Amino acid sequence: MIGPRPAGGRAVVLDLDEDAEPAQTAAAVRSLAKQLGVALLEVVPGAQTVLVVATGPAGLQQLLAALPRLPSAPTAAETTGVVVELPARYDGADLDHVARTTGLSVEQVVHRHSAVVYRSAFSGFAPGFAYLSGLDPVLRLPRRDTPRTAVPAGSLAVADGWTAVYPRRTPGGWHLLGTVDVPVFDLGVDPPALLGPGRRVRFVPTS
Amino acid sequence: MTRWLEVLDPGPLTTVQDAGRPGLAHLGVPASGALDRPSARLANRLVGNEVQAALLECTVSGPTLRAGPGGALVAVTGAPAPVHVAGRACDVGVALWVPAGEVLRVGPATAGLRSYIAVRGGLQVEPVLGSRSYDVLSGLGPAPLAAGQRLPVGPACGTVPAADVVPPPDLDAEPLLPVVLGPRDDWFAPDAVVLLTAARWTVTADSNRIGVRLAGPPLARRRHEQLPPEGVVTGSVQVPADGQPVLFLADHPTTGGYPVLAVVDEDALPAAAQARPGTTLRFSVGHRS
Repeated sequence: MIGPRPAGGRAVVLDLDEDAEPAQTAAAVRSLAKQLGVALLEVVPGAQTVLVVATGPAGLQQLLAALPRLPSAPTAAETTGVVVELPARYDGADLDHVARTTGLSVEQVVHRHSAVVYRSAFSGFAPGFAYLSGLDPVLRLPRRDTPRTAVPAGSLAVADGWTAVYPRRTPGGWHLLGTVDVPVFDLGVDPPALLGPGRRVRFVPTS
Repeated sequence: MTRWLEVLDPGPLTTVQDAGRPGLAHLGVPASGALDRPSARLANRLVGNEVQAALLECTVSGPTLRAGPGGALVAVTGAPAPVHVAGRACDVGVALWVPAGEVLRVGPATAGLRSYIAVRGGLQVEPVLGSRSYDVLSGLGPAPLAAGQRLPVGPACGTVPAADVVPPPDLDAEPLLPVVLGPRDDWFAPDAVVLLTAARWTVTADSNRIGVRLAGPPLARRRHEQLPPEGVVTGSVQVPADGQPVLFLADHPTTGGYPVLAVVDEDALPAAAQARPGTTLRFSVGHRS
């Protein structure tokens, strides 16, 4: 582990070693805090980090002092379960842009994006938003320079090494490839998030 | 007796807020909640509520409400605004009695951006994930006020403080927001920190409960690779690739893929939330903890 990096007066971002699994590390941080009797407000796994927010600076310092006791590199739990198949209309506003930038035809973009079984690595950004890993490296593009103030609900998008479905109309800086009509976050369903960590998902093109 | 407030005119954007739903960021659920927390607590205190009771957060201008049977004890705090009860001008920062069938009108804020209206008993709209706050990012919580709607009001508990009057907050023309550098200050060019604290930042019109979007000199990066998405805290000054920072407020996305240059002290966030589009604000670097 490198860091910790301060994020205000009572939070830190922990940079993780490449082989450490953020979701597992987050669980280890929660259990360490419990042992210490330190109250934490949030523990948020990211792609290669864990954000830890304490209720105050004193608790944070107490936790940081004990961090060497964390298991060195918790690794990923087994990924099991069925593959969720989501029908996708490849009609996104950035489809042509992605094709031009990658040097592919639109058909090739659709084929490469829909050929992969993705894995939900972690949740974030907004309720039900799952960062799906496994994107074809050819489709890897930096985020937009200026995020859109609103992207349509159900937008299927890519950025960097990730793909995701925007659960609802929100601001967004990713490239829009298409639309998924199946709700990915529904408070009437338990659990509300369709694509929880560890879930595998594939997108099936529809016309 | 069932008690309610009827919405005659919702105002530009009036939402129900309480202390929000912290603790769920790992599920992508923003904390949400009243942006100017001290003003919200004060409004609740003035009508004898628990400080975290659900109340109304007005944006730019307030609503017009009619008290249902039994009347309503209300208080307006935060951004000062003209207040009328039954057509008569009243003060902010004091408990006001609105008799049954009479109208409470809260007008455009004369300074600041967000006024708060508490009603004795609190607003008893349906909670979602433990909170009655409306979150503009996720859409969780009760939708913004709409004309014709009846807002249920809970039973009163506790006592109302006697003759308590509080002057409106002193809303600085140009707030100075103290920050702690990091977590990704090392991703920026050395002059970015200098610019952050030297420049006057203009609040732009697309600011909202998610964040205060700022315009000023572009903050340049030293590292140009993509930041793997990571958790962000309220108060983060996140800098997208165009170099124009966004100061995250309560409804901010729980993770982000642009680096955070600095984090504003929590105590200074109410002032940021009261900054109107077109006004300016500044940052100061205290220490690196």
